[in-house]
Amino acid sequence: MTIIWAIVILGALGLLFGILLAIAGKVFAVEVDPKVEAIRAVCAGANCGACGYPGCDGYAAAVAAGEAPVNACVPGGAAAAEAIGEIMGTSAVGGETYVAFVRCSGICGHTKEKFDYQGLESCLAATRLGGGSGANVCTAGCMGFGDCVAACSFDAMHIVDGIAQVDWDKCVGCMKCAEACPKNLITKVPSTATDVVACNSTDKGAVVTKYCDYGCIGCMKCVKECPSDAIKVENFLAVIDQEKCVNCGHCSDICPRHCIKDIR
Amino acid sequence: MLASLVSISLGAILVNNFIFSQFLGICPFLGCSNKMSTATGMSVAVIFVMTMASAICWVINTYLLIPLELAFMQTVAYILVIAVLVQFVEMFLKKMIPSLYSAMGIFLPLITTNCAVLGVVLLNTQNNYNFLESTVYGFTGGIGFALAIILFASVRERLEFADYPKAFEGFAIGLVSAALFALAFMGFSGMKIL
Repeated sequence: MTIIWAIVILGALGLLFGILLAIAGKVFAVEVDPKVEAIRAVCAGANCGACGYPGCDGYAAAVAAGEAPVNACVPGGAAAAEAIGEIMGTSAVGGETYVAFVRCSGICGHTKEKFDYQGLESCLAATRLGGGSGANVCTAGCMGFGDCVAACSFDAMHIVDGIAQVDWDKCVGCMKCAEACPKNLITKVPSTATDVVACNSTDKGAVVTKYCDYGCIGCMKCVKECPSDAIKVENFLAVIDQEKCVNCGHCSDICPRHCIKDIR
Repeated sequence: MLASLVSISLGAILVNNFIFSQFLGICPFLGCSNKMSTATGMSVAVIFVMTMASAICWVINTYLLIPLELAFMQTVAYILVIAVLVQFVEMFLKKMIPSLYSAMGIFLPLITTNCAVLGVVLLNTQNNYNFLESTVYGFTGGIGFALAIILFASVRERLEFADYPKAFEGFAIGLVSAALFALAFMGFSGMKIL
């Protein structure tokens, strides 16, 4: 009998309080800007933080308040920018989309190793040891422990042949990988780019040839042959200015070290 | 009658201060005392919840649980009341004082699990207080909590500019100063009012 009373009394109390709270919920209902909800719905919803706001909710609130651009949702791309622009009543300028690119091509068997690294399987840990390059002789290159792979929310990063490779079909350009890379190897390139320099070494040519088969030696051949003056060599490393590049692909054909790559 | 109320009040505020001598409600005490404004907001919310919880729980205990011999359900019923009150405070603040709502953050719903609130209603039952005494004990217990957290917040605000060893940074120095506060409040212990 006591049990029944206990159930009845507590059930009744719960019901009463529930009704009171429901009424209070109506009375104290906070009106959320319907724009925020709408924008939140068209965002990619990855909570990747590429827009610079804490999660999709933060971004949606900032856009609705007019503080954020409508095209900042990187994973959503042009489609999300357009949809958000429509909600905000501004014509969306579909932002240029970017992808991540790993500036290294020292795949297995083509780089020299200083020692046998048996430490923690983490790029960050490896950089702390032995002059900061893991086992690689090259201090600038990819060590292939996959800190970037762990950072990627879109399964776009993989370690292939010992170095990180980006799957451009999956990459949304949030650049989480670039933050994770202790070597600052990963850069943003326009998704329309065709030719990129897959090397980050600033050592002199003679030094580079000793430890890597693919490293840029700063031979200036690409600089001389580029039809649009888009390539410069700084510190023995070729850099392509993607704004000037006409995507002709000539540099990747003539590079003697095959470190300028045609990625399309 | 009045004498017993004064005795209860002074006891709850100073002698048996919930934080410094009973060590209840330490979590919001440490979490919400970084800034004076949030500390004040938290205090007001706790005073409200404690007073209301004491009053409502006394009614439920006296007119429902005891006549039906359901005293063993006290804790469950009290938690229910506290949860509802906290939810109500949350709704109210979200609507009326959004800045305070966002400043208190997670600690607002955490009043639900603030042991000082459950402590005050259980102590009411234990001490066989009547309705007025219970309500006064709840209210003054809240005042005691407010006194502690506001004093502590003012100290912590000054600590921001103090030059203390690196090992003490952050929570460590907070806990040390809380301990010194508790020591000071020890001075009231054993004091009998009337």
